[in-house]
Amino acid sequence: MLHDTVFRDAAVIAGKDLRLEWRSRVTTNQIAPFALLVLILFAFALDPDRGILARATAGLFWVAVLFSGLLALQRAFAIEAADGNRDGLRLSGLDPAGIFLGKAGAVALELLVLELVLGAGVVLMYGTTFRSWLLLVVTCVVATTGVAAAGSLYGVLAAGLRVRETLLPLLLLPILAPVLLGATRSFEAALAGAPSDGWPWVELLAAFAAIYVAFGVLAFGSLLEES
Amino acid sequence: MEPVVHFRAAVSLLGRFPALAGVDLDVQRGSIALVHGPNGAGKTTLLRTCAGLVPVVDGDAIVLGHDLRDSAGRRAVRRRVGLLSHATCLYDDLTVTDNVRFWARACGATIDEADAAMSALGVDGRLANVTVAKLSAGQRRRTSIAAMVARRPELWLLDEPHAGLDAAARDVIDALVRAAAGAGATVVIASHELDRASELATTTVQLAGGTVLDRPREEVVAGAP
Amino acid sequence: MIPEHTGSRATRIIGALTLAGFAVVLVLALVVSPPDQVQGDAARLIYLHVPVAIAMNLGFGLNALGSAMWLWKKSRWWDTLAVSAAEVGLVFTALTLVTGMIWGRPTWGVYWTWDARLTSFSLLFLMYLGYLVVRRLPADLEVRNRRSAFVALLSFVDVPIVYFSVTWWRSLHQSATISLNTTISGSMLFTLFVSMAVFVACFAWLLLHRFRVAWLEDEVETKGLDLAISERRAEALVVP
Repeated sequence: MLHDTVFRDAAVIAGKDLRLEWRSRVTTNQIAPFALLVLILFAFALDPDRGILARATAGLFWVAVLFSGLLALQRAFAIEAADGNRDGLRLSGLDPAGIFLGKAGAVALELLVLELVLGAGVVLMYGTTFRSWLLLVVTCVVATTGVAAAGSLYGVLAAGLRVRETLLPLLLLPILAPVLLGATRSFEAALAGAPSDGWPWVELLAAFAAIYVAFGVLAFGSLLEES
Repeated sequence: MEPVVHFRAAVSLLGRFPALAGVDLDVQRGSIALVHGPNGAGKTTLLRTCAGLVPVVDGDAIVLGHDLRDSAGRRAVRRRVGLLSHATCLYDDLTVTDNVRFWARACGATIDEADAAMSALGVDGRLANVTVAKLSAGQRRRTSIAAMVARRPELWLLDEPHAGLDAAARDVIDALVRAAAGAGATVVIASHELDRASELATTTVQLAGGTVLDRPREEVVAGAP
Repeated sequence: MIPEHTGSRATRIIGALTLAGFAVVLVLALVVSPPDQVQGDAARLIYLHVPVAIAMNLGFGLNALGSAMWLWKKSRWWDTLAVSAAEVGLVFTALTLVTGMIWGRPTWGVYWTWDARLTSFSLLFLMYLGYLVVRRLPADLEVRNRRSAFVALLSFVDVPIVYFSVTWWRSLHQSATISLNTTISGSMLFTLFVSMAVFVACFAWLLLHRFRVAWLEDEVETKGLDLAISERRAEALVVP
């Protein structure tokens, strides 16, 4: 199924998206501050003095990742919907699987940056002490892969539609429920210093990521076709 | 010799609307065909169909040897054509160089080809590092043409190529089109501007109601009823 | 020829059997079968809850089958099956959720608890709601069919992951799934099976009608291509 040009094509697309991010700074200047804002709002909603915040840190972290990740996905596919760029991609002869891997890869990198910012945020504002670093890092990478893969599939599906801003969350968030669940449990285990409780959840996250990456490689071309 | 574009009773739908309602058209290799007709005649759809973006649901349509009735043929023809459409296919937040190089690399062309195309269209030098969002409409259009030229298409599909361009840029395009045709490429131009475009064209067809009208070129150029 | 209604001899027979079946189930469930030793009369909800859940699963199974087969065969029949099954399935999902909550009230004391099944069904409900939203977006038939087939399959592959993760999560705290602790007596089992059969018949009845409506809707959409082409060609004659 995979031609040898797939990874070259993926690199071309990811390079373009990351360059675009470098020039426009939307993720760093708008989405990352938004993610921090979500953390502050949680502190208002859940009284920090009663320890709720500390106990809920893992879940709040991943909810903030999902919400800011939605914005990053919206952005990643809004640029392809503008000014005939979708036709440009279809005409380019780039392998659709490569386009998928490139888009998802760029989104995943942006999400990882957001997770770094949010990680620093919970350390500073919620007083979280990270430990079991290996579990934390692997959870982030695997969960992010799943979010980026599933998100890119729904992103391209919704990109050409007038209702994309409202449709994407409705379609994507129920699908991502297991990722939120798995990543949160895994983080809780890591923060509690019991990483062995977290690894089974990483396996679940890996299964999710594998399924949606495979789906994307196979189906992205068809989804890109429809105009 | 096999014509590059060969349509017989080709029907293309936009939704449920038959934008092409049985087109007969042959364009020979190395020729410059002008397609003209009123708004809504189907010119843009004809070019998009040739580019493999719109499926042909009835009749025959073969472009560069690929059958446009099946999706594999449509996908294969895409990388061999260059379509200049109303949309410019540019990323607003990237610079001129970023855009042209990205599309060139995406289509398998080299950085040198991209840079050569940029200087041919006069979007090198000072303009090269300007973000596309800051360009004027004409400069945008030139950038878009540079991105198309860089991929060295075998079939050029130009939708109103002169629209929004100054005289100098029009001359540049005409020269590029002639040079491409001279080098063996085939060009299909959809245009309202008959004076300008018919000088360039080696054949002319008139499109109306999604079909090709069967009338001689002189009559069409003179605008006779 | 356009039929005036979606009924046929088969659907009338199935419909009549379903209605008669409901009467039988009512008698069996409320009169014949004994109350549960632990839950009392509340346990009778099993005769409603389990059969609608089965019909729900049938709906989503057929939806996934129809979607996959459409992508393979590109035949309208499969697409129509997929959308009809999803719509009917969604109705049964809503019924499953409602009966589950009604049953939860006497069992747990609250309508909603984060029971593994209730939680996964609610996610499922939202996923397939999204499917029907996508389905209703204006688009060419081919585009619409492909788009909705992919949404259906993307949701379907998620179902086991959702179910597994939610079950796993909840089982860490409690085992809260509705269960009858006592052995089910013979008449209870019989009632359950009859009810399942009746609800499957009800599902089939609704599905057949919905299928025919959806088929006719698409028929209207695709009719008249020849007419449209001749109208389009006539535009050429009024050109200068």
